Amino acid sequence: MDHVARINSLGRAVPTWAVYIHLLLPVPLYFYMAATGGMGVEPINALERKMGEIALQLVIAGLCITPLRRFAGINLIRFRRTLGVLAFTYLCVHLVIWVLLDMSLRWDQMWADILKRPYITIGMAAFVMAVPLALTSNNLSIRKLGPLAWRRLHKLTYAIAVLGAVHFVMVQKVWETEPLIYLVVIAVLLLLRLQLGQQGRARA
Amino acid sequence: MAYRWKNDLTLGDATPRGVFLNRRQIMAGSAGLGLGLGLAGLAGLAQAQEALEANTLDEIRAYNNFYEFGTGKEDPARNAGAMVTSPWTIKVDGLVDNPGDYALADLLDGLTVEERIYRFRCVEAWSMVIPWNGVELADILARVGVQAGATHVAFETTVQPDVMIGVQRGVIPFPYVEGLRLDEAMHPLTIMATGIYGEPMANQNGAPIRLVVPWKYGFKSIKSVVRITLTDSEPPASWNIINAREYGFYSNVNPTVDHPRWSQASERRIGGGLFASRQDTLMFNGYDEVAPLYEGMDLRAFY
Repeated sequence: MDHVARINSLGRAVPTWAVYIHLLLPVPLYFYMAATGGMGVEPINALERKMGEIALQLVIAGLCITPLRRFAGINLIRFRRTLGVLAFTYLCVHLVIWVLLDMSLRWDQMWADILKRPYITIGMAAFVMAVPLALTSNNLSIRKLGPLAWRRLHKLTYAIAVLGAVHFVMVQKVWETEPLIYLVVIAVLLLLRLQLGQQGRARA
Repeated sequence: MAYRWKNDLTLGDATPRGVFLNRRQIMAGSAGLGLGLGLAGLAGLAQAQEALEANTLDEIRAYNNFYEFGTGKEDPARNAGAMVTSPWTIKVDGLVDNPGDYALADLLDGLTVEERIYRFRCVEAWSMVIPWNGVELADILARVGVQAGATHVAFETTVQPDVMIGVQRGVIPFPYVEGLRLDEAMHPLTIMATGIYGEPMANQNGAPIRLVVPWKYGFKSIKSVVRITLTDSEPPASWNIINAREYGFYSNVNPTVDHPRWSQASERRIGGGLFASRQDTLMFNGYDEVAPLYEGMDLRAFY
């Protein structure tokens, strides 16, 4: 059995709930670390960033599913929804940390920040766009919307990914390498789709 | 000549390190439980006093910005150990009577090292309280003799590329430079610090000698100073060069003038743990006595 077939059969064998549990474990783990000094003397900021980073990593993982199938024949499509819902979960944790721990419920300051600070505006826009995707990540919604409309709606993921990475780049005081790598990876994954789309049309 | 600034906070005012840590935990606990009015009043009082509590030496040494050693907050603690801080020579030049290369000990010889417990507010909206040991910059300037035409003081940080990973990567232009107006430099609150908690300055905190200007954002308090120049015009300042829109030459702590990318209205004290609440940022970081320096200036224009 070659590698691709092995990965595919493994993908069929792993239940999605196991993926949920496995990928949610970092939430309590990092909270525990942050509460017990494991994340340095400024744990709020460290935790907030970590949750945002994981959310973005999950978005990227979700964006890899389609190219993996097209280019490598690896079929992990079963996990795309799992990854998306997990990404949204981390996004929510990230946001709750900002509201509760970082901003200490200073609503007027938060509201002013959302309106005035481009990186916060962008981050919040990504979150708002993610809400309908999370709400329609179930079979009933696909049936109700119809697969075409549903698929069009979920193309918002592309915008969310770009906004998330730009948000990450803009939080830094200088041009840091790491967030730029995220941005480049996302750009490549989106360009692959552009190419896929053209190929599809050419064949048709 | 200006009055000599009197330190009204001493380490005696600050709760001993172990005790205030415990109290902080107790307070965090009682706030979380939402106890009755009486206790809440008590907690409010305790919180007002808490503003004067110094951070622990561990905290002060663990969380730093020192881009020569990387951009992460923990990078300086990890990477600054190899910086050579002895021997240390400071070049004093420009509009001074006694220019020259001074050995650190000679420059400080005979000057009074005082303890100054200052609030320290980073432009990134976090803060600490730090018990510095240092001398007034005015005393150093008196020693080297400021000439009549001087209006500003420029400072420069050491560059040691072999041991400075940030310099190797060139994340920002080096050497790091900063500047003050002469009256700011002469103000009795402005010190050149050589220690913290009575111990020699750790490398990541700017050993062996650094500027501390408590009413300005932390990046003005340039570290590991190797050059002091008296000038007759406003000297360049690193963050102002990097991004003038975001970082002005003055950079006084000012809750009403926001950084373009975040609010400066509030700040979080380091050391409060996961449930530390934000506190309001004070004008001039609480050092109102410097307000006369800026009388008649539009602090929105000169941010």
